[in-house]
Amino acid sequence: MNNHESLKPDIHKVLKKYDSKKDIIPALQDIQENFGFVSEENAESLAKKINSPLVDISGVVTFYNMFRLKPVGKYHIAICRGTACHVQNSEELLKYVEKKLKIKTGEITQDGRFSLEAVNCIGACAKAPAMMIHDKVYGQLTEKKIDAILDSMK
Amino acid sequence: MKYITEIVDLKKGYDELREDRITVGMATCGISAGADKTYEKLQESLLDIMIDPVGCAGMCYAEPIVTVMKDGLLSIYGHVTEEKVPMLVQSIKNNIVCSELLLGHSLEEIDYYRKQKRILMSNCGKINPLSLHQYIANGGYGGLTRALKLSSQDVIDEVKVSGLRGRGGAGFPTGTKWEIIAQKQGKKYLVCNGDEGDPGAFMNRTIMESDPFRLIEGMTIAAYAIGSDHGIIYTRAEYPLAITTLKQAIEIAKKHDLLGKNIFGVKDFDFDIEIKKGAGAFVCGEETALIASIMGKRGNPRFRPPYPAEKGIDDLPTNINNVSTLSLVTSILGMTGKEFARIGSEKTKGTAMICLTGKIQRTGVVEVPMGITLKEIVYDIGGGFSSGKKFKAVQVGGPAGGCISEKELATALDYDSLSSIGAILGSGGIVVVDDTACMIDMAKYFMTFTKTESCGKCTPCREGTTRMYEILDKITKGLGTKRDLELLRLLAMFVKENSLCGLGQNSSNPILSTLNKFYDEYLEHVDHKRCPSHSCKNLLAYTILNNCVGCGHCARVCPVQCISGRLKERHIIDQNKCIRCGACYEACAFDAIERK
Repeated sequence: MNNHESLKPDIHKVLKKYDSKKDIIPALQDIQENFGFVSEENAESLAKKINSPLVDISGVVTFYNMFRLKPVGKYHIAICRGTACHVQNSEELLKYVEKKLKIKTGEITQDGRFSLEAVNCIGACAKAPAMMIHDKVYGQLTEKKIDAILDSMK
Repeated sequence: MKYITEIVDLKKGYDELREDRITVGMATCGISAGADKTYEKLQESLLDIMIDPVGCAGMCYAEPIVTVMKDGLLSIYGHVTEEKVPMLVQSIKNNIVCSELLLGHSLEEIDYYRKQKRILMSNCGKINPLSLHQYIANGGYGGLTRALKLSSQDVIDEVKVSGLRGRGGAGFPTGTKWEIIAQKQGKKYLVCNGDEGDPGAFMNRTIMESDPFRLIEGMTIAAYAIGSDHGIIYTRAEYPLAITTLKQAIEIAKKHDLLGKNIFGVKDFDFDIEIKKGAGAFVCGEETALIASIMGKRGNPRFRPPYPAEKGIDDLPTNINNVSTLSLVTSILGMTGKEFARIGSEKTKGTAMICLTGKIQRTGVVEVPMGITLKEIVYDIGGGFSSGKKFKAVQVGGPAGGCISEKELATALDYDSLSSIGAILGSGGIVVVDDTACMIDMAKYFMTFTKTESCGKCTPCREGTTRMYEILDKITKGLGTKRDLELLRLLAMFVKENSLCGLGQNSSNPILSTLNKFYDEYLEHVDHKRCPSHSCKNLLAYTILNNCVGCGHCARVCPVQCISGRLKERHIIDQNKCIRCGACYEACAFDAIERK
């Protein structure tokens, strides 16, 4: 889904079905799905397509947690910081991943393989502490389990 | 009107549910525990039995869950990871029960289910979520069939008689809400609020993943009652499996004339459902913010009135109900309003889906009759704590809720009893914490959450949550004073009274309830700079005692090399360098390190 550098989808094709202000969120989701993040260029294309000032788009992009203004790694790690995960020490796990990948939350590793984000509740509370890499949820994490999962991702 | 048998092959559904069949729980919790691999392995095993993926039975603690129905005997197995599949397959081939993995032969046999009452979840973990004929064979679409024989006002009356109150948190009577909107003329929207943002709550996800047709049927009944032809399910982008399941279920329903034009062959009864994906904003669970988000705007709430029933999407009348509420409507019309009203407590009827998480033995989704006590939920259903740990508190209702102390455990679970002790049922997330949790840290955690999620529109919430966070942070770092506690209470009251929407108004609940119930713990932090549960790192001090044998193990595990000493002599921790990680404390085999 991410890092489609080589494929480079055509932004006009992505935006084809969107034509009103009501479509801003689904259109941005589509952009992010295709390009991995929302670039200024693509936000401008969307503004033009739906005939709306750029400020409307940037207002939405910065309001919702989901939208990213920077590219993400090949594997985007989202560590859950929900309540159930918090009481199972997810804060320490987040620090552990930061240390392991030598990046801070919100950053991307130099080789572009991993990026890290802390998210509010992914709804896997009974399997806390949990994380999500793309659409897959990993539960009952320990430092060892994280090592095994991340080391298997090349 | 068509008969149900004209719509699906009902016999096929009955047969599948009665005959030999293996099921694997393939909802999000199951997959995260490896159910996808278990399913693959079972398929490879070439058993001559149908293998069906089902939803979540609620026993998240025992995932992956496999059930085997063979020669009329049902066996429910837990913790069936990929490695254990060969053992299970062998026992199936030998026609014996695999006792090592067995949880019971019926749900009622399992402790976790004894005090539950499953209405909403009766299909969860039993049927294939995308099998319409199984859904109907298990009683599905009985509610809509009955509703269509009544007038829309009769349907509303039925819901009123049932006493159903909105399960999204506010607890507004659903029938009354419908009555208001039913009187409006012209186009109306019906919105299902599936923006389950409360950390610690995932009951909506469970329904959407495990029994999507129940929600679709409930929405169709609601549409018939209020006279809407346009339904929208607004759900979180963080629930990819729920979204795909719902999308597929909607397509199947359309194909069978259960959505679209002339539903069930009833002339001019048209209703369609579209799915809107949220983009990660907690405040969008608030109805006016949700409408703004559907309109493609920032999810800022606005003043009410006008209520969405007057002015909602496109300024048209809009009815908003929660996933659980709409799914319960299916059950209410499937039985009768009166029958439903017999379940539950005096003031709150029916059942509640609760997400039970935290430091207890059995975590998962449960459905209980309203009025059950919290004690029964924590101990009888949740199985209490693992050895050595003691009860400290339960947090009910997420960041907008409050905590409940041991003394209050006999409180009944319903809207009114909970609000009488300063908590709310909210969306129904219950997080249990043991004595290792610091209540000030919990309050700070919730404040971190609300301050980030505050939309920033009104000052009391935007500034108040940040300032309250700063005070709590100060206290957990040992820099707080008694004056801070007074200030915190004042500020919390102010934010509660002056914020624009529910997010702000309820944001101080965790602070007020911990201040009321755990004031001593706050005092320990400010007066003695001590954290009784040893959770606030800055307030901890590790010292090496006389009985140190000088093995040097602590010095080796210390990540900042702040422990020094000669071999076979007592070691010393440099308090200025110590980062209070506790590695030495864990490593010492002689109990020679003290933590205070």
